[in-house]
Amino acid sequence: MEKKVELRLPATDETLMDVQNTMETLLRKNGCPETHIMPILIAAEEIFINIAHYAYEGKAGEAVVVIEVTPNNFKATFRDRGMPYNPLAKEDPDITLSAQERKIGGLGVFMVKESMDKVNYEYTDGWNIFTMEKKF
Amino acid sequence: MQITETREGEVIQLTVEGRVDTTTAPDLQKKILDAYQKCKHVVLDFRSVEYISSAGLRALLLGQKTATSKGGTLKILNVGPTVKQVFDMSGFSKILTVV
Repeated sequence: MEKKVELRLPATDETLMDVQNTMETLLRKNGCPETHIMPILIAAEEIFINIAHYAYEGKAGEAVVVIEVTPNNFKATFRDRGMPYNPLAKEDPDITLSAQERKIGGLGVFMVKESMDKVNYEYTDGWNIFTMEKKF
Repeated sequence: MQITETREGEVIQLTVEGRVDTTTAPDLQKKILDAYQKCKHVVLDFRSVEYISSAGLRALLLGQKTATSKGGTLKILNVGPTVKQVFDMSGFSKILTVV
């Protein structure tokens, strides 16, 4: 059974589905519980769309997504050669504020941090490398 | 994603089906804001929504802010377990009226 897939593709809104479909297939084949699949796919959207919208200043640049599923563990690595950007450095939104006080936006990466067991960012040799992991 | 609009008196109900993601959320946002141009009370039926990302939350927050500023209401019906999980994680369970 295939447990590791590498995708090289232009990061755009449209190619998000390719990433998510591959991820979902791999997770289902390897027995990931249903309750974990959707949060993982949502986390993937948040990271991939950030690359699509911001890494290459609005132009479509390449992203490399490596998905690895081992018994009871999911890991995805997102790489791009866009401008250096550490999404984890951003301050978390205050989720205790009222609707009127809350700012629009800033929730995506926060939700990734909340739903994954482990997240990591590094900038190496011109690559932004973001990793997220979840046990299931 | 598909949205069906029905109006009953002073309430507009938007029945949403499918994924609320970065591509479809702007459409949901527009439908919610358009509804508040016509009346003060909006109901979203989320029975057929299994996926919502931060782009969708943005549309809901704007809807909630608009409702409050117009002295109206925004209610969300039939929220499934995945969407509820996202609402809980983001603190939206406390700022939205989930019925």
